[in-house]
Parts: sequence; structure tokens; C-alpha cells
Amino acid sequence: MTLLEFARGPALQVAMIIFVLGATWRFFGALLLPWRLAPAEPRKGALSPIAAAFKGVVVKMWPHKPFQKAGMFTFVNGYILHFGLAIVVFLFAPHILFIKGLTGLSWPALPNNLVYTVGVVTMASLVAGLVHRLRSPVLRLISRFDDYLSWLLTLLPVLTGLLAAAHLGARYETLLAVHILSICTFLIWFPFGKLMHAFMFVFSRAMTGVRMGQRGAEL
Amino acid sequence: MPQAPKLAPTLGELLQERGVSRRAFLKYASYLSAVMALPAGSASALAEGLANARRQSVIWLSFQECTGCTESLTRSFSPTLESLIFDLISLDYHHTLQAASGEAAEKAREAAMAENKGKYVVVVDGAVPTKDGGLYSTIAGVSNLDMLKATAKDAMAVIAVGTCAAFGGIPKARPNPTGAAAIDEIITDKPIINIPGCPPIPEAMAGVVSYLVSFVKLPELDHLRRPKAFFGETIHDRCYRRPFYERGLFAEGFDDAGARQGWCLYKVGCKGPVTYNACATLKWNGGVSFPIQSGHGCLGCSEPDFWDQGGFYRPLSTNLRDMGPALAGAALAGAALGAGAAWASRRHQESYQREQNPNEGDKK
Repeated sequence: MTLLEFARGPALQVAMIIFVLGATWRFFGALLLPWRLAPAEPRKGALSPIAAAFKGVVVKMWPHKPFQKAGMFTFVNGYILHFGLAIVVFLFAPHILFIKGLTGLSWPALPNNLVYTVGVVTMASLVAGLVHRLRSPVLRLISRFDDYLSWLLTLLPVLTGLLAAAHLGARYETLLAVHILSICTFLIWFPFGKLMHAFMFVFSRAMTGVRMGQRGAEL
Repeated sequence: MPQAPKLAPTLGELLQERGVSRRAFLKYASYLSAVMALPAGSASALAEGLANARRQSVIWLSFQECTGCTESLTRSFSPTLESLIFDLISLDYHHTLQAASGEAAEKAREAAMAENKGKYVVVVDGAVPTKDGGLYSTIAGVSNLDMLKATAKDAMAVIAVGTCAAFGGIPKARPNPTGAAAIDEIITDKPIINIPGCPPIPEAMAGVVSYLVSFVKLPELDHLRRPKAFFGETIHDRCYRRPFYERGLFAEGFDDAGARQGWCLYKVGCKGPVTYNACATLKWNGGVSFPIQSGHGCLGCSEPDFWDQGGFYRPLSTNLRDMGPALAGAALAGAALGAGAAWASRRHQESYQREQNPNEGDKK
């Protein structure tokens, strides 16, 4: 069995199974917990829970005015990173074919050269994020192993994907196999670390909105 | 006075006899040097080496195969200098091409081995069945396995022609009922050159034989023992449809608008990105076309186990295994685990609250 066969076969299969099992475990485990609010009556004029949940999700998409100066880099870089990742993952033709093979769903792809460019920007954004984290004493203090591992496991598929596209460093089939294996590692870690925020962030923001809304806090 | 034994004519003399001019011969040597990416000046060395070489004894063994490799070499287009080179080597044993049959044929092989001990080249097409002592394919009562071992024992080098000989090919495809094996899995003490392909490109075969005869050494090989000159780059890298891949323009089927416009065949399963061969540059039938030019994706036939890569029409970026049931099971198991964890957490919270407020129930 070649490395590429191993990557496309058993490695990907095991990684996908762990990913699906772990993600549904954490997803249902969190959502089926009691949605308990403070026992107090909602403050007069407070938003309804649904409106507060919606507002909680939306207003967090941009920093409050007092935090704009300090948090602008994090927000802008975060948007570049996340949009970049979304484009690279979901609008690259070979990736769409992979998703189609799994789900039967497909959609139009972007030209490869454009995706490669976005990949480079995404990688630069990841590196900038790490530098920012390391340079900030506060961020450094609150960063844990999970943060750095999640960063590394996000970077590797982007890096190896770009190397495979450019045929740099090794034969193409080796680079492709390493790229797939890096995705396998990403998938295995995804449900158990902070990467899970991709599924949970909407719910956590919504719940924060509901709790804050009930107390009459301005969101 | 005893006469000195008459030496066999050289290739140059034989070609001259056949009316091949020196100019045509040099042109052919230059062409071979170019396709093998030999350094400048090698063309004359190759021509000289070829011209002065005596007829090279070649024993061609055909095992588990379809004769497609021989067909490719002898019938692809003719007459050419390649075919003349093959006519002019001393093909002492070849099932398809030799006139002798039966015991006479086997005797010819044994005689060639004895006369050219240590100097003859063994060309093999076809895989070798190894299961149950190799009884699944025999010639004149001798198993392919034994015949290969015996013939290769005193050979100068072994050339495995075609993917079956080089990597096991179709006979080795799962479940491999005959235990088919590649030549280099059996012969481990001789120089081996693999020229895979289903079938291999005739120029690759001619180039390697010419190189071997001229320079009496192996050409530069890759990690799969393939000559780098012909197997150094992927089909994808040299494909004329590559710009469509970069632009994201793909044929979705074999009869859609994209296919008619000659767009990239990646989505319909082309294995060009991981296939090392010279089809896209040398092409077939004298440079007329190659599979992708004819509208079909590359099957990856010069790569090991190309038959077992999940299907010819399955795109390269897809997984090799059917994951549907396994993923559905994983999702159900994950949901059950999550529900169980939430239930346990609720129980724990309730119990904690009861501990904190033991009289809460009484107040109500």
C-alpha cells in the first residue's frame, strides 16, 4: 500500500469516523444540557429570548466601539482567516469533488489560481495571528496548549495544500498524501479542541445573548 | 592455417545492409538522445555505441499477460527504426514472434543462455504467479516462477516490460488469486529496469534497449526502477489541458459541453496528476495522440496497483473507501454518547442542587 493509498483509504476513513463521532458527541452533549436561565423575572423592556439570541449572534460580529481600537487587528485578521479558509476548503474543485463523493452535493468552483492566492493570504493571516498572540502578554497568558495545537493543525493542511499545488519539496503523490494526512490529523483533533467552535459558536453567542438580554444588558 | 571465428555483424553493418543511411541512423540516435534527455554530445556517443554493438542476445519471457506489450511494440506503427532495432537484436526466445515452438523453442532459450552466459538480457512481460508453487501458469511443464529464476540467473540485466511485469499489474489486482508478483519481488540480485505501462510506450522500450546496448550500463532510474527520461514527469505536468485545470474548467461527463471544448478531465477520474509517464509528450502511434487527447482521462496505468485505486472514473481527490454506513453509525453513536453525557450531567446538577438546598422540596 502506497502512502497515498493509505491516506485516501484507511487514514481518511478512521479520521472521518472520529470526527463525526466526536463532533456529534460534543454537539448533542452540549445542546441537551438544561437551557437554564437565572431564576429572576426578566427586566422590564428586555428583549424576547429569540430576539436576544439573534442579537447576541449578530452584534458579536464586530467589536463594540470602546474595544475597536484594541481589537481591530483580531477582528480583521479573524475575518481574513475564516473567509480564506472557507474559500480554500469549499470553493476548490478537488475539495468539492471530495465533498460530492461523501454527500452527493456539489457547487461551482473558483479558478485554481485564485484559490492558491487565497491560500497564501490565509496562511499569512494564520502566521500573523500567531505573532499577535505571542506578542500580546494578555493573550500569551490565557493561551493554552489547545490554542497552539489548533493553530498548527489548521496551518498544516493549508501549507501542505499549497506545496502540493506548487509541486514543491517532494513528488506530487507524496505531497498529496501528506496533505490528506494533515487533514486527517485536523479532523481527529477537531471535536476535542477549540476547533469545535466552528459548530458551537452560534449557540454559545446565542445563549450569551439570551442571558444578557434577560438582565436587560445592552448587547 | 585455422581461420579466426567470424564475428557477428555489428548493428551499424546490419542497418547498412538494410539500406538505412548513416544520416537516418544519426537522426534516430539524436532523437533517442533527446527523448531520454541525455546531455549534449551523447547523440554521437549513442550512435557510435549502437553502430559498433554486436547483436545483443535477448530472451523475452511472457508470463501472466495479454500480449498487449508485444503488440504495442510490434504493431504500433511501422516500419520504423525502433522496429528495425528490435529486428536486429538477437531475439532468441519470444513466444509470439519466434518461429520455433514446443521443445525446439525451449531448446533455443537454453542454447541462448549457454552461449551468452552473463551477457544476455532478459525481457519479461507479465506478472509471475507465486501461489501454490507457481502452478497457475506453466510453459512446457515449467512454472513461470522457476523459468524466471533459471533464466535470470546468468543474465546481464532484466527489463520488466509493462505494468504486469513491473508491478504485478492486472493479475495482481485484488484479490490476486494466483499470488501474482512483480519481477523485482522475485529477482533481487540482478540489475532491473521497469518500463511500465499498459502497454508501455514503444519509444521507452527502444530507448532503454539502445541505451543498454550502447553504453552497457543502466539509464538513470527513479525509486520504482523506471528510467527517469520517460517517467520523470507526470502526465498532468505535461498535459495540454493543464491550463483548463488551473482555470477551474472541467468536463463533468464524456459528452457534455466541457468535454466537447476539451476541458480538463480531472472530474471524470483522470489520474494524470499522480501518473509518471511520457504519453503527454511522446504520445502514441508516431505522435498522433494519447488517451487524454482522445477524450478519456489517464488511467494511471504506469503506476503500481492502478487497477485498485477506487475506480477509473472516481476523481483523485475522493476517498478510496465507501464511508456512508460507517459515518452514519459514527453519527448515531456520537449522538447517543452526547445524549448520555447530557443526561448524566443533568442528574449530577439535580443531585448537587438537592445537596445545596435540602429543604427546597418541603417549601413547595
